[in-house]
Amino acid sequence: MEENGTKNKMWAFLITGALILISFMYYKANVFYMYLVAYIWFGFAYGMMLQYGRFCFASASRDLFAAGVPRMAVGILVALMFFSLIQATLASTNMSTFHPAPFGIHTLIAGLIFGVGMVLSGGCASGSLYKIGEGNMTSFLAAFFGLCIGQAVFVDVKWFDFLIPQSWVATAAAKGLPADKMTSSFDTYLAGYVWDKPTLRMSDTAAIKAALPGASKYFIGDALLTALIPAVILLIVIYVFYTRKGFLKKRAKQKGGAATGLGDDAAGIWSMITASQRTTLMGVLIGIVAGLHILVMKGMQLRFGVDNFGRLLTKMGHTGDVSISGKVFDPGYWYITSQEGQFGAWILEKFGWNMHDNIFFGVNNGLPEPWRNPALWMSFGIIFGAMVMARLSNEFKFKMPKGELIVWGLLGGLLMGFGSRPALGCNIGAFFIRVAGGDPSGWLYGTGMVGGAFIGVKFFNWWSERKMAKEMEAF
Amino acid sequence: MAMKFEKTGDGTYMLDVCGYVCPHPQIYCKKSLEKMNEGDVVEVILDNPSSVETIIQMCDQVGHDVSDRKTEGGKIHMKIKKG
Repeated sequence: MEENGTKNKMWAFLITGALILISFMYYKANVFYMYLVAYIWFGFAYGMMLQYGRFCFASASRDLFAAGVPRMAVGILVALMFFSLIQATLASTNMSTFHPAPFGIHTLIAGLIFGVGMVLSGGCASGSLYKIGEGNMTSFLAAFFGLCIGQAVFVDVKWFDFLIPQSWVATAAAKGLPADKMTSSFDTYLAGYVWDKPTLRMSDTAAIKAALPGASKYFIGDALLTALIPAVILLIVIYVFYTRKGFLKKRAKQKGGAATGLGDDAAGIWSMITASQRTTLMGVLIGIVAGLHILVMKGMQLRFGVDNFGRLLTKMGHTGDVSISGKVFDPGYWYITSQEGQFGAWILEKFGWNMHDNIFFGVNNGLPEPWRNPALWMSFGIIFGAMVMARLSNEFKFKMPKGELIVWGLLGGLLMGFGSRPALGCNIGAFFIRVAGGDPSGWLYGTGMVGGAFIGVKFFNWWSERKMAKEMEAF
Repeated sequence: MAMKFEKTGDGTYMLDVCGYVCPHPQIYCKKSLEKMNEGDVVEVILDNPSSVETIIQMCDQVGHDVSDRKTEGGKIHMKIKKG
């Protein structure tokens, strides 16, 4: 045990040391790479926090439905509240990189598909990455074949043309994009439907602008109305439906009498929030770090005089990395999935599949070499950060998937990949970041995710009941 | 791969969900407890750290006692007495 602990510590130091060395090498190669290095270390910090807090968005709704445990749902709502306040502060000082997303029913549908996928695979997009860091190879299957390869294939094939209405084809054609970049069903969906949907950010609405001049529109419109109030309502709903009964019963026993007052309920909500201190504490920290991340990336952009890392890649002569718009995928904040799609596309190109002939890579996000891909480095950072934390707490265990887990990992991963693209994001980019930034479409995605998780849990309940019955035949 | 749920004695059980990842350990644990009588004890063996937090909170909420929690060779053992 002692020997194992020493070995784990050695690995933790080795990984951290290697990342420091890599960061130094980037700096020596070109100071512009400090932009990318910032992504590495924020990814690393996310990974450590996600692993320590067992922070997984799949767990939030899944454990609520499957086991009646609100631990993770509470953690996420706490993170959301803190992050929204920091987002508002950054927006009010013009230091935010946040941008709202096209609003429409597609967000809800995509969330539903993603929600089923995250329950089947055992982790959301960010959760799968931190679990890879713990040695969980089922999550690797989900991330590699679903989020990487699955997503890349999804945006480049015509398989979904039967779902595309003729009106989208006409609208997309009218956009005047180069014909060699408009080859897939997803291209028609983007140019013919998504791009024409309105974006909504509370602080940008006419009503909020008129009522709240100055910085208060960010704090009231974006943070209070879009994130804080809904989050508090959800906390109360979760308390009432999942923990109130048990808590009041225990409290009445302790008090030796009835526990029915408002103070008892307030104590109950507090008890629910603090029930898992490591998760709640990480919720607070994740909210703060995610805000800091935005500040640092905006600072980098101002320092280098660019709006996207693609401009720096072009300055360094890596013109093949960027899209025709001169950009690469560079969200400016915590994001998962798009970069995994780029990684999948990069691999498929090595096998001769042209991945530049679509809007997603060819026009919008580019296809940089993995070692020059800032957001992909953030994902690697999450894996390595989680690995270091898991090693330090002797929780790292290399686990190969067997039997049914291979099926669930692959199927869940593919559904997550397919469910994140149409909404242009996953549990982080389409839900967490958007809600905290004042974009109500995040709640639409979140509602879909919860609905999908409910379906996934129903399925697993049925599946495990069958297996339990088989086991109990011998009793 | 198979989970194991065995009756090991009078009112004692063993649930082995090693190899399983979320959400299987917590679902099997909940279902095992549903099949047991009040006062029965199940020894749960798992190797997925993320599930442990959920199982402990689930037991705390419904009044089951968790004891003898230990980690050996990457496997987590705990005993749950149904309350």
